[in-house]
Amino acid sequence: MSSATLGNPLLNPPRHQRLKHLARRASLRLAGGILVLWAVATLTFFALRLMPGDPVLAILGGPSGNPTAETIAEATREYGLDKPLAVQYGLYLVRLVQGDLGVSYSQHLPVTRVLAEQSGPTLELTITALLLAWLMVLALTVLTAGRRRWLGRLASLAETVAAALPHFWLGILLLAVFAFGLRLFPPAGSDGWRTLVLPSVALAIPLAGFIAQVTRESLELTLEQPFVLTARTRGLSDFAVRFRHALRHAVLPGISLSGWAIGSLISGAVVIEVIFSRKGLGRQLYQAVQAQDLPLTIGISLVVAAVYVLANILIDLLYLWVDPRQQEAQA
Amino acid sequence: MSELTLDASQLNVRAQRKPRSLRLGVWLAGTFLLLLIVAALAPQLFAHSDPLAIVPRDAFHAPGWGHWFGTDQSGRDIFSRVIYGTRQSLLIGLAATALAMGIAIVLGLTGGLGGRRTDRGVGWVLEILFAFPSLVLALLFVAIFGSGIGPLIIATGLGSAPGYARMVRGQVLAVRNSGYIEAARALGHPPLRIIGRQLLPNAMRPLIVTLTMGVGQAIVWASALSFLGLGAPPPAPEWGTMLSMGRDFVANAWWLTFFPGLFIVLTTLSTTVVGRYLQQRLEGRLS
Repeated sequence: MSSATLGNPLLNPPRHQRLKHLARRASLRLAGGILVLWAVATLTFFALRLMPGDPVLAILGGPSGNPTAETIAEATREYGLDKPLAVQYGLYLVRLVQGDLGVSYSQHLPVTRVLAEQSGPTLELTITALLLAWLMVLALTVLTAGRRRWLGRLASLAETVAAALPHFWLGILLLAVFAFGLRLFPPAGSDGWRTLVLPSVALAIPLAGFIAQVTRESLELTLEQPFVLTARTRGLSDFAVRFRHALRHAVLPGISLSGWAIGSLISGAVVIEVIFSRKGLGRQLYQAVQAQDLPLTIGISLVVAAVYVLANILIDLLYLWVDPRQQEAQA
Repeated sequence: MSELTLDASQLNVRAQRKPRSLRLGVWLAGTFLLLLIVAALAPQLFAHSDPLAIVPRDAFHAPGWGHWFGTDQSGRDIFSRVIYGTRQSLLIGLAATALAMGIAIVLGLTGGLGGRRTDRGVGWVLEILFAFPSLVLALLFVAIFGSGIGPLIIATGLGSAPGYARMVRGQVLAVRNSGYIEAARALGHPPLRIIGRQLLPNAMRPLIVTLTMGVGQAIVWASALSFLGLGAPPPAPEWGTMLSMGRDFVANAWWLTFFPGLFIVLTTLSTTVVGRYLQQRLEGRLS
């Protein structure tokens, strides 16, 4: 940032060096991420084994299934539940490394297949929500920051309120108004873009509130920086100053917040998918937990953790890319 | 939750730049919170009808003079249910935040004061906890220990602990090398006393604000779990449970879900506004 660093070739490495640095950082983070995933698998495995209730009964259709002693013994052997816990854990890890997540107790399908089927809709929902949230953030902050006071206050009030809205309440209200009242969108289902509108708006609004609060602060600070004044004296329009010069600085805190946002979106997706009866990992997790479906629960937790880890690595790199000063600070 | 770390550092800016904004908001928010606390302690002051009384002939009354917030499918008065629900919802929020903070202080102190290896270890634990989104962690927890108020509090507390722990650790690291700690050590105070008298109070001060806002967030998460049917069992007047019950009737009786949700939103909003105000005051005194 200071003028001394700008001319110094040592502190401004050429592009290929920057890329190399980024790659090294990414691989380090990936290695750490794999360790985290192993820990998640282990924790979930043992935690769910502590669960009250016999897993065999869960396999055979819950306590109401009323299976005979022979069926129980057979299922116990078939799913390897008669072996000691440590052996079961070892076998589980070996299969996990081979990409085999076992068979879902409640759906009697390979977990990997359930995951493959359910990941798509959830990914669609969360990515749409994230994009929508950033769109709202940009519209709300870039256009209103540093303008007339009442406008800024109004926008910041809107942001505070938006951040306080719980997903589930917003979801129900949207459902009541736009699906049942005005009949503009279908109340349930997961086929076609029309079913995507209400759920993604319900997820995006609170998120946009959080990100916008942070972005507004940094944008207002940035607009007072000398380089913005320089840009203005060069005759740039206000619009260009905001979008081409100030925005790049202002989005940084918002980007680092996006890592948290991924987690919050996944949590939100559980509730939203239940409300809108959408296909997806969130609703599946909710059902798997209730059905004591051990392999499926671990499988979904792993996917969620993997997404979180990967997304954070990406965000880390994006941060460095948007703000090269960070690399110099680390080098 | 980790957003609070950022919020805190970013909001400093607001405090310096707009010292007198939000005044009316602070008054409104403070009054609302006060009323909530009174309602939690003595709900009969506000609501005269029994929150559990079933009057089948009064079912599905729209909001009006007789029933301000309408009635539900069994003719129970929504207004008195919301008022009576305050105690439970507030208690859940407070207890969950306290629990989260307890875990966070243990983890943060261990990380901040232990050696480099311990700090790494704590960093890993946090990283792992972060990989479970709060609701996923809470779902797993409820799956193991069953649903109900107790597990609900623990699940919500666990879900928000890693964010606080990261902040406590940062604060401890920042405070531990400061002059007054060095002075206390030079004076020969025993380590535990330094932690209790100097380190913790100074490290915790910026966290007061986060905690205020955290109570609101905890209420939201807890009601999300109740909404999924994992909290207080149905007839209980708890905000999340009420939302969950009203969901089935959303097509023709919007008030069943609107009012409990409105109270959740107003509570969160008020804790945020009051939290920011506290931050302004604390920072004003510090600078």
